Amino acid sequence: MTGPLLLDRDAYLQLVAHSYDGLPLEACGLLAAEPATGRVSRCYPTENEAASARIYTVPSKAMLLADRDAEERGLVLAGVFHSHTHTTAYPSPTDVAQAPDPAWHYVLVGLGEGAPVVRSYRIVGVTVEEEPIVLV
Amino acid sequence: MPAVRLPTVLRSHAGGAAVVVAEGETVADVLSWLEATYPGMAGQLRAPGGEAHRFVNVYVDDDDVRYLDGLATKVGEGTEVTILPAVAGG
Repeated sequence: MTGPLLLDRDAYLQLVAHSYDGLPLEACGLLAAEPATGRVSRCYPTENEAASARIYTVPSKAMLLADRDAEERGLVLAGVFHSHTHTTAYPSPTDVAQAPDPAWHYVLVGLGEGAPVVRSYRIVGVTVEEEPIVLV
Repeated sequence: MPAVRLPTVLRSHAGGAAVVVAEGETVADVLSWLEATYPGMAGQLRAPGGEAHRFVNVYVDDDDVRYLDGLATKVGEGTEVTILPAVAGG
């Protein structure tokens, strides 16, 4: 196992809330971390431009604004989260094929099993490895 | 000459630099300059057809070039070109 993902409690609550707000569609957003510690301290919920229950797209403009805001705060974009509305919190083949950065955290919020299930992964090439999440 | 902000995933190809000063008069020139200067970026910026890779967003100042003139968008002194991953999945 890699990681763990150090995730601020507020960011965690925000990404779970945004996942519910997005129903019945998939919801998504970006995560920013402190470069020195890797601690994810900021969550940027975004629209799902794909407006779909099966796929998501972070709007291009939202990506730019999040990147700039993170930089101003001395943070770096370090991951993305999205919900799976009817399935488990595991990366789909589409998620793996389109994962942009092997250093990123890929956080999945599974809403298909009653209570939300939040898990984090590293995706390097076609290899998916779960990492533990530590709320801080 | 335009400044180019690189995404973290490409910085290792540029010696860790977050921003590099490129040469060229259009976005296409800038991408060619990056590929020639940092061979590790070749294949990561453009699809075989020459258009920007669909997993990459390229911006000139505040706008995605898809909403400007694409790779023909002009750049110059004081222009900031930003390259970021296009984030999507299923």
